[in-house]
Amino acid sequence: MNPEMANAAVQSSAHGATVDPFVFGFTVFVLAVFIGYQVVWNVTPALHTPLMSVTNAISGIIVVGAILAAAPSEMNVGSILGLVAVALVSVNIFGGFLVTQRMLAMFRKRK
Amino acid sequence: MSANMVAMAYLAAAVLFILALKGLSSPVSARRGNLFGMLGMALAVGVTLSLGGSHNYIWIFLAVLIGGGTGTLIARSIPMTHMPQLVAAMHSLVGLAAVMIAASALYNPLAYGIAAADGSLHMASRIELFLGTFIGAITFTASIVAFAKLQGLVSGRPLVFAGQHLVNLILGIIMIVSGIVFCMTGEWTPFLIMTGIALVLGVLLIVPIGGADMPVVVSMLNSYSGWAAAGIGFTLSNNMLIVSGALVGSSGAILSYIMCRAMNRSLFNVLMGGFGAVGGSSSGEAREERPYHSGAAEDAAFLLQNAESVIIIPGYGLAVARAQHALKEVADVLTESGVKVRFAIHPVAGRMPGHMNVLLAEADVPYDAVQEMDEINPEFAETDVALVIGANDVTNPSAKTDPTSSIYGMPILDVDKAKHVIFIKRSMAAGYAGLDNDLFYMDKTMMLFSDAKKACEDMLHALK
Repeated sequence: MNPEMANAAVQSSAHGATVDPFVFGFTVFVLAVFIGYQVVWNVTPALHTPLMSVTNAISGIIVVGAILAAAPSEMNVGSILGLVAVALVSVNIFGGFLVTQRMLAMFRKRK
Repeated sequence: MSANMVAMAYLAAAVLFILALKGLSSPVSARRGNLFGMLGMALAVGVTLSLGGSHNYIWIFLAVLIGGGTGTLIARSIPMTHMPQLVAAMHSLVGLAAVMIAASALYNPLAYGIAAADGSLHMASRIELFLGTFIGAITFTASIVAFAKLQGLVSGRPLVFAGQHLVNLILGIIMIVSGIVFCMTGEWTPFLIMTGIALVLGVLLIVPIGGADMPVVVSMLNSYSGWAAAGIGFTLSNNMLIVSGALVGSSGAILSYIMCRAMNRSLFNVLMGGFGAVGGSSSGEAREERPYHSGAAEDAAFLLQNAESVIIIPGYGLAVARAQHALKEVADVLTESGVKVRFAIHPVAGRMPGHMNVLLAEADVPYDAVQEMDEINPEFAETDVALVIGANDVTNPSAKTDPTSSIYGMPILDVDKAKHVIFIKRSMAAGYAGLDNDLFYMDKTMMLFSDAKKACEDMLHALK
């Protein structure tokens, strides 16, 4: 979402008063921390290692930022940094999800 | 695709990530949860690529191919004992990528649509970049040090020197001041100074922390990598990134807390470092020779065979000796002859949260035979034999009885309550914390001096 859009969304909900996009994002952030807190305390301790590897994969979501950085047609320092970042977090995304899958496949119930 | 559609797709991706974590509440739902996570990631990346305006699809595709291929190869070949290193290495990648994205945003704000009218950055964006960059930079180098310690590339001993904390404090202040200067001016020089100091600080913060405290460090860096991702989300005003980063950040924070609680240490105490650097020698001198019973693998097998119930307490030493599979066979033979066999896991067994559970699962031990400390502790009193293998400090009763002990107050497995104890160990040497274990000298304890794998194989031979 771009800042203009965020602004528009906030303006409409706040009776025309302008709220900084940062405040809008911060609201989402605080609520997400609460969701994370609730969900993670419910994770069974036996799966704490897969939890870490899957959160590794999920933090690879910054690939979204890397793709935007790599987008400009003109190749310069900015877009090259973006491309390298895409490659780096791709390791996380693929590696994280696949190793989690591999671990979870090992957890079997008593026959 | 309209901007609203994009936002809705990103929302769906964020919900899928939450479901991925929610699935981990049970091994039954975990695999489906992981698929949700993959789906969310594919959706988010697909939508971002479809935004248009990208002129480098081929290059991006190549970058994904190289990175994804490397990740796939690693995920398939990594031994489960090496999971802590892998996780640490991945944290460092997220940290480095966050720094690169921030630098790229500073170089070319137009690509992110965050430029002011004159093409420079808004103040708010600069503050967000400052936060995202220094957290990312610290995560990057700190994770590399954690990786090197876990992989054994450098010694796991804590590295402490005089004035360490003062040096860190001064560097931290310079870093924050440069960050503030950057926020005011938007210049490259303070940005680079701030990033450089953050990189150095990452190293300095981790070197004084000992190898056995790495589970806490790895969890904490897990948390940092999430906060760095959230920082990038603020820069891009992208709610999905903010949500994902917050999920990962709180997950790592909770895991750090759980690890600290299991060692009865405060996070502050762990981060100040130095634990295990001293103390080993002093307690060694004070130790007197006390009588203990020892026996052979055949004696242990006899005890196990005639028990009604057995609890096995595996520690990381089991994995080091690659004895999981042999131990699993011992458990199988006992179960077949009617003995009730369970595994008890201390939260800090292994080198990262939940590591021992994965190592046992790899050896085909069913997860419902593996129980956590709080579940199994009341059961020890009714158990005939407790078999300790590759663990030590987590069974030490002095954590409950001796207020002068360095592990006093740490929750332990109540092994001393079992009717008989078999303790497999190479020698009478102390555990990691440098402490003697009263359990060795109890009348009901039989010491079996052997390598863990050889002991399991010998017991198996005697049982058959």
